[in-house]
This record gives sequence, structure tokens and C-alpha cells, in this order.
Amino acid sequence: MRKFLFNKNNYGYIFIIPFFASFFIFLIYPVFYSLYISFMQYDGISPAVFVGIDNYKRLITDKFFIKSVINTWRIWLVGFIPQMIFGLGLAYLFSRFRIKGRNFFRALYYLPNLMTAAAIGALFGMVLGRKSGAVNQLLIKIGLIDEPIFFLGSPVWSSTAVSAIQWWMFFGLTIILFMAGIKAIPETYYEAASIDGASSWDAFWRITLPLLKPIMIYVLVTSLIGGMQIFDVPFTITKGPVIEIGGPQKSLLTMAVYMYNTAFNYNNRGYGAAVAWALFLIIVIFSILIFYFLRNKDYGRRGNRK
Amino acid sequence: MKENSILDKKSKKFFKDFRLGVVFLYILLIILAIVCAAPFYVMIINATRSTSQINSGLSLLPGKYLVDNYIEMQDYQNIWIGFKNSIIVTVPSTLLAAYFGALTAYAFSKFNFKGKKILFAIALATMMVPIQLGLVGYYQLMRGVGLIDNLLSLILPSIANVSAMFFIKMYIDSNVDDSILEAARIDGSSEFYTFNKIVLPIAMPAISTISILNFVAYWNNLLYPLILINSLGKFTLPVYVSRAAGSYNQYLGAQYLSVAIAVVPVIIFFIFVSRWIISGISEGATKG
Repeated sequence: MRKFLFNKNNYGYIFIIPFFASFFIFLIYPVFYSLYISFMQYDGISPAVFVGIDNYKRLITDKFFIKSVINTWRIWLVGFIPQMIFGLGLAYLFSRFRIKGRNFFRALYYLPNLMTAAAIGALFGMVLGRKSGAVNQLLIKIGLIDEPIFFLGSPVWSSTAVSAIQWWMFFGLTIILFMAGIKAIPETYYEAASIDGASSWDAFWRITLPLLKPIMIYVLVTSLIGGMQIFDVPFTITKGPVIEIGGPQKSLLTMAVYMYNTAFNYNNRGYGAAVAWALFLIIVIFSILIFYFLRNKDYGRRGNRK
Repeated sequence: MKENSILDKKSKKFFKDFRLGVVFLYILLIILAIVCAAPFYVMIINATRSTSQINSGLSLLPGKYLVDNYIEMQDYQNIWIGFKNSIIVTVPSTLLAAYFGALTAYAFSKFNFKGKKILFAIALATMMVPIQLGLVGYYQLMRGVGLIDNLLSLILPSIANVSAMFFIKMYIDSNVDDSILEAARIDGSSEFYTFNKIVLPIAMPAISTISILNFVAYWNNLLYPLILINSLGKFTLPVYVSRAAGSYNQYLGAQYLSVAIAVVPVIIFFIFVSRWIISGISEGATKG
């Protein structure tokens, strides 16, 4: 032992032991256990029975699973596109122009991101209520509608509402991330462009946007990873008396909600684990696609210039 | 940029348009600010109104039913138990993530040992893993060791917080000089002493930034307690709030109040630490 500790680099092992013990026991082992159990029929009580790839075969024909995939993508995309537009646009304006109260606005826009998503879901479940909801009361008061809209009773409205909440919770974070990216772009690029007679509109498209690519990939991938796992808001927003888990016509049944329901409400652990692995595969495949296409294009363009 | 150009007709027109644009921009910014704040305002106002008042229409002024709503809320469930349990889970989780994250980050940054690169790469790769992936396995593991319905099951995994480790490592890489460590060694400082008394204080800005973000993340966690905890006395705050949602719809005021109890402390917390949070996220994004 003494000899081992005589080499200072061996302390590296000692320092990482607690972290990696916890890492392998609480993170890696459960992931592989989930993989193992996804080939089993297991209800949590009686012994697990090996069923091969039956659980995965079932995924392809399970209309609720397919619906959950579509729902998750719809919720993510409808929220993500405006989140990118607002994030980029405002980050550019905040960085390139002197705007009074910039830090105040930015902090306020970011605030919803920190909130307990379960509480936000519960809050919007009430704010979007049919008669008691503030949104309907406001729309009626200013005369935009005569009859209250039953937001959480309609599949299209409730899915769009969850997207809007996601936008509301994340566009402020996107502004901060893009502002950090813009700050890293040397001021001289803009000066040079200005001397060449480029307008600020040109500067945005020709300088800011291309140089923000790494940050854009980062935002896209982290948002995809988070968006595919969306659970708290769709789970809590529909806990009203009329609406069951999954929302009207299962429009809020996301992959994560379906996984939770299958594994822990119906105690079908094996199939639930298979749903989780499918969710993971979707994340991996699309993350790789994003890296591949966005990175590759960049190199291609550089190659052409030579 | 435009100020440099000669004021011909075109630029005069531009400036006129520009001024209009500025007005339009501020209107947009203010509308967005209202959109961000309004739900919280409605929440606080409605927490002080009776259910029939809430049903009958919008109000910008608070009502007089705060105490009644509080009694109704507490009749259904004592939300302060959730508050207490959240603190019991969140504080040790944040501290464990910070200390062991920093210790591991230091080892990765300043020591050379076999397998270092592979271990680091494996740790980073798990940032793509959705929390649902290990859920069934983690539940079975906790059942095996008898930690179901025990708050410890929510605290233990925080020893290995990969994003904290990664964030602190970036900071140690560029801010802890090898010569200080050598000097400490020559003075006879033990390796643990060097870490605790020299590295930790230098890395403190990064540790506190990531700890603020971790604190919020642990505080907000719903899925794990929902699955691992099954008695009312041990639920954390997000579970209490999600139980409250819809379960006593005839008492809307009480429901708004229970959401407010979960949300208002985070708003107050944010007012104090917003600067660190925003600069911390910016640093994390550009360095990562």
C-alpha cells in the first residue's frame, strides 16, 4: 500500500473511487438491468420469464407506443422551432444593439426555466381551465372569443399548449446560450463587414449565423434529449377530474409518460424497459444524424473553397 | 455600424425606419416580459381568492381568502412535509455532487493514471442517456437493498453527478496551476490536504455555480420520488404539488396556493443568484 501511494499519480485512482463506485452501481448497472429485463416478461412480483425480442416486436405494432412517439415529436418540434427563432433573434438584438434593461429582460425571460416543471404543469392545468382559467377569461374580456375554449379537452389544443409551455420555459435559456456564442465572435469580423458595406442584416446571416453553428448543434442536441424525455408537464397538466393520464384522446401520452404508465402503473416492467430503450435509441440515432449532417456540411464547404 | 455612413437620402430613411423599429422592439420585449411574468401573477392573485371568485372572472387585485385557502390546502395534505423532505433530499445531494464531482474532476485534470481517458469518455457518454433508461433497473436495485420508500434512494446517485464533474474539470484545467500543487507537495502537504485546502478554494466559483444549478434540478425532480417513494410522509414537494393538481378541483384557491408554495421560494432564490446562474450557463456553453 505504501509503495502504491508513493507514486502521486496513484492518488488519481483513490480520488475517483467514490464517484465511479456510485456511477457504476447507481447509473450503469440499472441501465444494463433494464436491458436484461426488456427481454423478459416481468410484473415485479412473479419470476421473470425470458421472451426474447417479443417486447421489441410488440413496440412496432403497439398503436399507443407509435402514438406516443408522434405526440412527443409534435410537442417538441412545435415548441422548439419558435424557441430557436426567439432565442436567436433576441440574442442577436441583445448583443449587437444597446438595449435598455437588457439584463432585466434576459433574467425575466429565463425565470420560467428554473421552475419546478410539476408545479408549472399544475399551474397551467388551472390557467387553461374552461371557465375558471385565466386565459379564457382574458380572451372573453377583450372580445376575441364568445365561448370559452376547452383547451385541455381537445387533442390539438392540449398538445399545442404543452409546446407553448415548453417554449415559455426554454426560450430564455436559448437566448443566454446564443448570447454566449455571439460574444465569442471577434468584433473585428463585424467591423470588416461594415467597411465592406454589409448591412447588419447581412452581418447576421453571413457572420453570426455560420459562426454560431457549434452552439446551435449544442442547443439542438440538448433540446432533443430533453424534449424526447418530456414527462412532468404532460403528466401533471392533465390530472384534472375530466382528463385521465395521457390527456384527451391520448394526445399528451409522451414516450416517457407511456413508459412510466407501463412499467409502474400496469407493472409491466419488461415492456416498460423496452419502451425506455426505444426512447434511448431514438435519441442516439437523431443525435448522431444531427452531428453528422451539420458537421459534414461545414467541412464540405471548406473543402470547396480550396 | 451605420453611423459611419454618409447621411444621404437612403440613410435618412433608414434612421426613420430604425427609430420605428426601436419602438416596435421595445413593445415586443415588454409583451414578452408580460407573457413570462403573467402566469406567476395570476397564481399569486388567485391564491388569495375564493374558488367562486376565480370561477367568476379575472382579477388584477388580490382577494381576502388566503387564510381560508391555506386551511383548505392543509386539510387535504400538509404541504410543509413535502417542503421538509425536499430539503432533506436536495441539500445533501447538492453537497455530495459538488464534493465528489470536484474530487473526481481534480483527479482527471491533474493526475495521470491508466484508463483515465476511457473512464472520462464513458462518463461523458452517459449525458445522452435519458433518466427513464435506468428507471426499472434502479427501482429493482433499491428494492433489493430495501431502500424503497427511503429518502436515501433519492440522495445516493448524486455522488456521481457527471455534468458537475465535467463543469468543474473545465475550470480546474484552466485555473489551477501545476506549480502551486508542486509547491504544496514539496512543503509536505498530503494529497488530500492539497485538494481540500488549495484546490477546493480555487475551484469554488465553478463549484458554487454548478451547485446552484444542481440544487434547482434536485429540487424540481418529480419522476424518481414518484416511483421510489410511496408513503405520504416521505413525498417531496413536486409530488405533493402534482397530487394537489386536480384532486380537489372544487378548491381552486387552495390549489393555486399549493403551486405558489412550490414556486415562490424558487423566484426569491433566483432574485439573489440570477447573475451567477446566467454567467454560469454562458461559461458552460462556450467552453463545452
